[in-house]
Amino acid sequence: MQNSARPRVGFWERHQKRIAPWLFLAPAMIMFLVYVIFPIFQSIDISFYEWDGLSPKTWVGFGNYVELMGDEAFYTSLKNNVIWLVLYMLAVPVGLGIALYLNQSVFGIRLVKSLFFFPFVISQVVVGLVFSWFYDPSYGLLAKLLGVFGLPGIPVLADEHYVTYGIIAAGLWPQIAYCMILFLTGLNNVNPEQVEAGRIDGATGWTMLRHIILPQLRPATFLAIVVTVIGALRSFDMISIMTQGGPFGSSRVLAYYMFEQALSEYGYRMGYGSAIATVLFLIMMVYITIFIVRMFKAERRAR
Amino acid sequence: MFPTPIAKTGPLTRRFYMISLPVALILWLLPLIAVLLTSVRSAGDINAGNYWGWPTQWNLVENYTAIFTSSPIGQYLFNSFKITVPTVIASVGLSCLAGFALGTYRFKANLFVFFVFIAGNFVPFQILMVPVRDLTLKLGLYDTVTGLVLFHTAFQTGFCTLFMRNFIKALPFELIEAARVDGASEFVIFRRIVLPLMRPAIAALAVLIFTFVWNDYFWAQVLVQGDSAMPVTGGLKSLNGLYVASWHLVSAGSIVAALPPVAMFFLMQKHFIAGLTLGATKG
Amino acid sequence: MHLKTLALSTAAAFAAFLAVSAADASTLTINTDTSDPAPKAAMQYLIDTFKKQNPDVEVKWNIFDHEGYKTSIRNFLTAGAPDICAWYAGNRMEPFVKAGLFADISDVFTDKDAFKAALSSVTFDGKQYAMPYSYYQWGIYYRKDIFAKLGLTAPKTWDELLAVSKKLKENKITPFGIGTKATWTTGGWFDYLDLRTNGYKFHMDLTSGKVPYTDPKVKAVFDKWDELVKPGYFLENHPSYGWQEALATFVKGDSGMFLLGNFFVAPAMEAGLTQDQLGFFPFPEITKGLPRAEDAPTETLHMPTNAPNKADAKKFLALLATPEVQLGMNKILGQLPVNNKAPVPDDPYLKAGFEMLSTADGLAQFYDRDAPAEMAKVGMDGFQEYMVKPDRREQILERLEKARERIYK
Repeated sequence: MQNSARPRVGFWERHQKRIAPWLFLAPAMIMFLVYVIFPIFQSIDISFYEWDGLSPKTWVGFGNYVELMGDEAFYTSLKNNVIWLVLYMLAVPVGLGIALYLNQSVFGIRLVKSLFFFPFVISQVVVGLVFSWFYDPSYGLLAKLLGVFGLPGIPVLADEHYVTYGIIAAGLWPQIAYCMILFLTGLNNVNPEQVEAGRIDGATGWTMLRHIILPQLRPATFLAIVVTVIGALRSFDMISIMTQGGPFGSSRVLAYYMFEQALSEYGYRMGYGSAIATVLFLIMMVYITIFIVRMFKAERRAR
Repeated sequence: MFPTPIAKTGPLTRRFYMISLPVALILWLLPLIAVLLTSVRSAGDINAGNYWGWPTQWNLVENYTAIFTSSPIGQYLFNSFKITVPTVIASVGLSCLAGFALGTYRFKANLFVFFVFIAGNFVPFQILMVPVRDLTLKLGLYDTVTGLVLFHTAFQTGFCTLFMRNFIKALPFELIEAARVDGASEFVIFRRIVLPLMRPAIAALAVLIFTFVWNDYFWAQVLVQGDSAMPVTGGLKSLNGLYVASWHLVSAGSIVAALPPVAMFFLMQKHFIAGLTLGATKG
Repeated sequence: MHLKTLALSTAAAFAAFLAVSAADASTLTINTDTSDPAPKAAMQYLIDTFKKQNPDVEVKWNIFDHEGYKTSIRNFLTAGAPDICAWYAGNRMEPFVKAGLFADISDVFTDKDAFKAALSSVTFDGKQYAMPYSYYQWGIYYRKDIFAKLGLTAPKTWDELLAVSKKLKENKITPFGIGTKATWTTGGWFDYLDLRTNGYKFHMDLTSGKVPYTDPKVKAVFDKWDELVKPGYFLENHPSYGWQEALATFVKGDSGMFLLGNFFVAPAMEAGLTQDQLGFFPFPEITKGLPRAEDAPTETLHMPTNAPNKADAKKFLALLATPEVQLGMNKILGQLPVNNKAPVPDDPYLKAGFEMLSTADGLAQFYDRDAPAEMAKVGMDGFQEYMVKPDRREQILERLEKARERIYK
């Protein structure tokens, strides 16, 4: 810190505040550009070709997209994607509910909280397997429960109408745990004075939650939504383990359909797969844009 | 504290809470309890469809020994560590730097760069599959632990930077200004002033990224082909193929695969909560 | 056995680790998807035999699960190829041969006559690209004891099959066990219904894309299929199960028959059935007087073009070609050796299968090996959907036809 006393001010000293951020950013940015940003554009590029990954690419223009328009499987996947995104959001309020339920200081609550968080730590492969057994129409717990009421087992994973909901339910389990822990930490940090002030003003229950707690939980909610969206897009793992997109393709989402077309046993249509990915990406862009605009406004306010 | 502490409520509510808590916990963990029970069942129970009842026989030692002797799960576990630990270090390290840059400097492209990181975060990662596989092939890193580490590091950097930037933004800016006035160089500010304050966030991120990367299975399928670099999640899938319908063994494997992140969470719980609290509430 | 595997893999890993320093010992890398117990043991036997003869060669063996393998093979053939890999004969091998990824191994076939049964399926442009070592029959496995109790005999014609099914159903036994969670099991049904209704040539024309799926002859196949699907002769909720899970219903006596390949026998026996309970009959005749053709998938190993150690790879394939090794492996596999100099293993199901296959007019590989992979995927998804929703038949066939026009263009 004595360096500043030196009389001659070099280039670095003069510009360090301008250059420093870029030096700090460089490693992360290079990695991110090479592995995430460029590949997005490469994928878009590949979507204009027909390519099996082995022989040379052939330019087909919008051919892949035209084909998508008439592809039933594409619409099924698209519909399921929407269902996933919407229903997965349930993890946020349910996570909040459980967090409120657990935000107490009774004996052993720390352990209970940790155990509630458990599902999130476990690999989706395991969760998928467990829920497959749960849904087994003859031996599964669901069938046993229905049996108590004299109902026959529902083949959840083999029925085109139930299958997507069945997988989403499985996916929600770890996701709720994740949101719960975010809200618990948020609640931990709620300003106790404001709560007390609210109590003095006679606010209880819902009013308190709505007007005093939730605004303070906004950052936690924000993070919960972010991770839930990412989670919904990860839906690939569950589907691949529980149904492989079946029965007859009715539980596919775009991400899975893309994998199936581009890299699975039965298809090596990199171009078509990339076209599906591009569509998915464009849909996400809508979401990302809304999200970024909101954040941008928040940032503006903060200044 | 919200909701009202249970100690201050009526005795009826209190009793109800104390009873409902363990019930809720058991219901919540029911699938997990099933896995645990399944992992000690005998093959006979599985074939008889006894997935949910009490095991007729306890095969704890047999099943857990079996997966280690009849499958390369030991190597899968080792691979997972070789992939996860460097990724955690690298992505947290990179995002400390990047988060510092985005959190403390005002420059034109700041928000833009930040948003690129966020946008990259939202990307359905399947869109990266074909190009990233090609890139890894070209780098000669296909089917290596390094290939996976590089990709995971890059991808997780998005989320980490978002997290770190928000955390740093919440730090008292006066500290940094004061140091600048004292003539500290930017790197010294980062190293001596900001980094020590970031410890809780680093701990929190480390646990999160550890779980994310440990549990990844998609990229293991795309970038790795054989046992030599396969992490335990991908290995578990193979075990499932290997032990067709031998769910007691698959369950035992699952438990083994799940233990490290669980242990990590328990060990780091304090930091985890503290870090998340700061990161999530002051963002 | 387990200990040995462990010791071997540890040794192999160690060897790979030391390979840099000890460059004089050559390494043979083998990638297979033989993760099920029997195929794994058979491959182990082959490798052990090879090591006994070539003690100076280190063998590094990577086992993949089936589904993952089909994705991985693309990757490893282009980057870091092994010396030997498992794949399929026929149409499934063609893209790799065309892309120059599989090497010509014609010189390993010293006695081409011995491989008559499978030679055409491993030949492309007059050269051989795969070493076939095993094949097996498909047919209907049934519960002899249940049939006897109900006074039923193994059906020979379609009408008899329907009668048997009806009787089983009346006795609250599902006629056919099947699990279609992995859709390929439906391919067996389509193959046989088509082979028996329209014959070998038509089936081959269809799977090679020369006939539209909307052809009246294809409709005739589904008319026959309707006769089984509509009365509910297939296991309820079959898309929930893999065939291994559906096997449980067969073992318990809740289902009476099972159309599958001979790999069905080992797990059925393991689950507690005896030879007195488990019977086998060829798929019954549908169109009278039509020459009989069968499904008989062939197992093969290949040498990638980029294999680093071609010399040892060829030695390995030559060993695989010998009748002794083929017999040894197939005894473990419970399948038939391709080399006709090797005797048929002493097993009633294999003897029956050999009898059936050697008198067959034509041998198909299987729907997902005869048809290109993409077509097979669309096709088998369609078959599964049809088996659940038979009313959608027309829609499904139109979809298949659309896929055919695109895939075979």
